[in-house]
Amino acid sequence: MSNIFSLISDKDSKGTSSATETQEYFVNMGPQHPSTHGVLRLLLTLDGEIIRKVEPHIGYIHRSIEKMCEKDSYQQIVHLTDRMDYLSCHMNNEAVCLAVEKGLQLEVPDRVKFIRTIISELTRLSSHQLWWGVMGMDLGAITTFLYGFRDREQITDIFEETCGARLTMNYNVPGGVMFDIHPNFQKRTKDFLKYFKEKLPEYDELLTGNVIFVERTKDIGYLSKEDAISFGVTGPSGRASGFACDVRKKDPYSAYDRVDFKEIIRTDCDSFGRYKVRIAEMYESLHIIEQLIDNIPEGDFKAKTKAVIKLPPGEYYQRVETARGELGVYVISDNKKSPYRVKFRSPGFSNLFALDTMAKGYKIADLVAMMSTLDLVIPDIDR
Amino acid sequence: MFKSIYKYLTDIFNGARTLLTGMKVTGYYFFHPKEIITQQYPENRDTLKMFDMFRGEVVLIHDENNEHKCTGCSACELACPNGTIEIISDKAIDPETGKSKKVIDTFVYHLQMCTMCNLCILACPTDAIKMAQTFEHAVFDRSELTKVLNRPGSKIMAGIKE
Ligand code: SF4
Ligand code: SF4
Repeated sequence: MSNIFSLISDKDSKGTSSATETQEYFVNMGPQHPSTHGVLRLLLTLDGEIIRKVEPHIGYIHRSIEKMCEKDSYQQIVHLTDRMDYLSCHMNNEAVCLAVEKGLQLEVPDRVKFIRTIISELTRLSSHQLWWGVMGMDLGAITTFLYGFRDREQITDIFEETCGARLTMNYNVPGGVMFDIHPNFQKRTKDFLKYFKEKLPEYDELLTGNVIFVERTKDIGYLSKEDAISFGVTGPSGRASGFACDVRKKDPYSAYDRVDFKEIIRTDCDSFGRYKVRIAEMYESLHIIEQLIDNIPEGDFKAKTKAVIKLPPGEYYQRVETARGELGVYVISDNKKSPYRVKFRSPGFSNLFALDTMAKGYKIADLVAMMSTLDLVIPDIDR
Repeated sequence: MFKSIYKYLTDIFNGARTLLTGMKVTGYYFFHPKEIITQQYPENRDTLKMFDMFRGEVVLIHDENNEHKCTGCSACELACPNGTIEIISDKAIDPETGKSKKVIDTFVYHLQMCTMCNLCILACPTDAIKMAQTFEHAVFDRSELTKVLNRPGSKIMAGIKE
């Protein structure tokens, strides 16, 4: 944390004077820049081509979701979280629902747990597919973008058929899921597993071994384990620095305690490591879905809840592993139909602020690769 | 000296090999155009069918007699997180009992504000509304997005109670 504060105060104390004494100069990257994937402004201090400092300026897409939650009922809050990290929307919904269920001390049926876990993993896969496509595109390979979207389409079809929407699904409700799974769901998912198992090696052939790609990511953007922990970098980015932070393993929720999967940890700490972790996670996600898809238990798809949910006064915290890292939902209730306060600990926010440490001393062109491997989603940072 | 030349040459060779590996994949699809899944929209409009669950917009279900099931209870208006639905209700005399009761006058739906969250559909006690599968919502003026869902002259089906 101290790093973040010193970074903010530095701006005033050094400011223009240091820029005139040395040859350093400032460049604004964003807020409208193709590789920031949203409205993020990075104020770069450069010395020639070398990055001296990266100052993220955020807030361009702030919609005060946390404040809006204070006037909404618990059912209504769920759909707002779709709009945070829209690529992990199911996990965001799930986090809110789990927090509310914790408050109500409600045990959801096994069927719900299985459905939630399968759809979470499908969401993670689709998020990683999109990230892979965009990562290639950021480094100049448009081909990967099209391949990533081709495979992602299969998953969005599954979502569309069962959940009713392709991206902002709002499929979770406190107590369960909104509808039962579609009769085609299992077949379609199994078809996808078979299809994607054949296609995933293509990803490696196209990009992983490519000499240009490797040159641009290997030993670029070093983030040590200590820094990763002190900045709270979680998710694949943290695990590439050797930080074992998978909430699915550490604090299992839904059906994650019943499946067997590996937590991918690498120690290369560079952009290439972060890339490899995500590729390996795709295989793990496939493996998790395979174990669950044939064993979805019969039963209700929703536990009974009151039409107006009131949580007993108190504080509730639930964390889940989204495609980008650890999402925490903190709810304070004062026994009204809307919460007193809701706070989201979003993974993107913490991950972004490690960028300064990561990028110092590297070339400006490498910054794009570093940002890609952090997999930033700007609405998740600003909320 | 020889070592560095050797390394230089193997680097070039290996680099070219990795590039060709990638090219092999794209080359495969170049010669197998059947496996490409691009759809030509809007040329395929006639055959394009959305999934039944797809949430495109909220509609009020009318039957062939121009009757719907909406009682004007406002449950959907209350369930909606962003004020998309406005129920303007009226009083009418019930022909059976002779008492005055609430009926729907205008069901206003602001499509521009709808997040397709489905909460209104879940809230409706009489299943009067549903999600339609339409998705071509683009219009030239945003006032066109504010719709009245109950059709002119429509009335409530017999036997629907709040
Ligand atoms: S779908 Fe959601 S936002 Fe749209 S009218 Fe219904 S409740 Fe409101
Ligand atoms: S649509 Fe349903 S919930 Fe809405 S006013 Fe009519 S009957 Fe009530």
